Amino acid sequence: MGKTLFDKIWDSHVITDLGNGFVLLHIDRLLLHDMSGGKALKEAIEKGYPPSQPRLIYGTPDHTMSTKPGRTEHTHPPGLPLIKSMRETTSAYGIKLFDLGQDGQGIVHVMGPEQGLTLPGTTLVCGDSHTSTHGGLGALAFGIGSSELVHVIATQTMVQRKPKRMRASFEGKLLPGVTAKDMILHLIGELGTAAGTGYSVEYAGSGVRALPAEARLTLCNLTIEMGARTGMVAPDDTTYEYLDGRDYAPKGAMWDRAVAHWRTLPSDPDAEFDREHTIDMKNVAPQITWGTSPEHVIAVDRAIPDPGKGPEEKRGAWEAALKYQGLEPGKPIEGTKVDWVFIGSCTNSRISDLRAAAEIVKGRHKADHVTAWVVPGSVRIKAEAEAEGLDRVFTEAGFEWREPGCSMCLASNGERVPPGQRSVSTSNRNFVGRQGPGARTHLASPAMAAAAAIKGAIADVRKM
Amino acid sequence: MDKFTKVTGVAAPLMRQNVDTDLIIRIERLVDNVTREGLGPYAFEQIRFKPDGSEDPDCIFNQTPYRDAPIILSRENFGCGSSREGAVWALKGMGIKAVIAPYFGDIFNNNCFQNGLLPVALPIHEIEQLADEMKASPGNARVTVDLENCQVISPTGRTIPFQVDARRQHAMLNGLDDIALTMSRRDEIEAWQTSDKSARPWIWL
Repeated sequence: MGKTLFDKIWDSHVITDLGNGFVLLHIDRLLLHDMSGGKALKEAIEKGYPPSQPRLIYGTPDHTMSTKPGRTEHTHPPGLPLIKSMRETTSAYGIKLFDLGQDGQGIVHVMGPEQGLTLPGTTLVCGDSHTSTHGGLGALAFGIGSSELVHVIATQTMVQRKPKRMRASFEGKLLPGVTAKDMILHLIGELGTAAGTGYSVEYAGSGVRALPAEARLTLCNLTIEMGARTGMVAPDDTTYEYLDGRDYAPKGAMWDRAVAHWRTLPSDPDAEFDREHTIDMKNVAPQITWGTSPEHVIAVDRAIPDPGKGPEEKRGAWEAALKYQGLEPGKPIEGTKVDWVFIGSCTNSRISDLRAAAEIVKGRHKADHVTAWVVPGSVRIKAEAEAEGLDRVFTEAGFEWREPGCSMCLASNGERVPPGQRSVSTSNRNFVGRQGPGARTHLASPAMAAAAAIKGAIADVRKM
Repeated sequence: MDKFTKVTGVAAPLMRQNVDTDLIIRIERLVDNVTREGLGPYAFEQIRFKPDGSEDPDCIFNQTPYRDAPIILSRENFGCGSSREGAVWALKGMGIKAVIAPYFGDIFNNNCFQNGLLPVALPIHEIEQLADEMKASPGNARVTVDLENCQVISPTGRTIPFQVDARRQHAMLNGLDDIALTMSRRDEIEAWQTSDKSARPWIWL
């Protein structure tokens, strides 16, 4: 029987079988960020376990840094000890840090692919659940906790149990106004937030093959929101074109050798999956979440669900979500007044995302009552967008153009949606209080978020 | 790591689905210079406290006898969301030793085993019955979670078996540190790395 993409990477990284279904897995790349990176390094060192392979470890601050225009490390003082600790511990062991103000700094799941640190066929971990993002380039990537971080720092390995395999195949062409964000939100809406628990997911089908590399990163980014830690897309020419020439990608003869290896990675035609799910792209419309879980999602032209008509086991959760969100069942979600718009996060802050949003914004102005932020994912993306004039498109439309970081996705840098206010956000979580205590979040694509800023209300991008 | 063998006590029914790690601990608390041990007062702060900072009497953790419960009962997908291990530290800080739910967020589940907090997976009907038995005799009902024998004993004395990986059970019963175990395999790791350096040199540039 053939092997899946996942099996091939997994099997080739097993150092030894530990029994009871566990193996010791080699980790090719460890990415650190300011929330947990410096602390984990310090803890490992204090326990007597300095980094065993410092050259396979890379770091950047993103979570607690202010994204205020002209920011420094002092703009948000609570982040200062974290970045200082990260600086001290990485420099002591020769770990490359893409520091604040330097080229390469950015959201860890944006800068990894951008720098060519994320490569097909690699195992990559980070102390952040959205590490699944890197699977978009054919890496086996997953988020880990602090204790596991210390383990990887000390040994460059992880004790892991092999998950089951799921394949989600998107067949057909993207309809107008639909993006990778809509594809994955639609899938989560169909399967629920726990369908992937215990699985690794491979995204396949003509709808995925046609996606550019950055869109594949978005697709894999939200895999964790359906319970799976890893999402992957098989590497192909799209992947290689994206990676070719990036700073940390191999060059010359080494590049050719790497590509030859990567071409062996895609799932064999007779590979079997434990679970298969097929989505007809004709059914994927622009999505918007209405509740407090990513599975609380509908097409933007639909009505807000009625808990009385939903599945019995979800009734209580739906009622609580509507109460928190201040929404009435049965009413169209389109036209719901919006106070904030946030375009950014590891889900949707890449140059293609900013271009898609700018296309909607160009020549228009945001609604007066809306505060709209654009937070590019990295220093490079910011520079690239400015070279194209996207920053002016946004600022002329009344949006704020900010510095790279996680910002209002999780509000750990003090940037919050005020209590009770409604936000359309390109980020990944609409949990209670995620964007600040009492904040009401609706997840959507960059174009949908831009449309909401212009209209001052949840809007259907297809009508813009 | 802290050892875990058995816990007996009140089980607080937090009967909701998808209790995410943002709900368990707000991210700002992990930015502030709070120690792991000091996170307890901030656990579940969004449901334990009203916006004015006073306790919300509707929250199960503010009600007698659940205030000091060492066990939480919950619905599907407990601990989903962010990878923050602070969620486990906060639960431990508020005195929680075990959480019983139908299934758990994967990273959270791993984090629990790294910190001596036991996640117990039971079918939802068993958990609902445990919650009912707790509520039927408030004040003296107790639940036991026994890792040695892999069973939960209900307030009425029913024994409910649960499954746990043998490797994890052994580590938790003995408070073993994963790193020390892996370090004993350093030769195998180095041999793998040497061979990989010739197979995939681009990883090691």
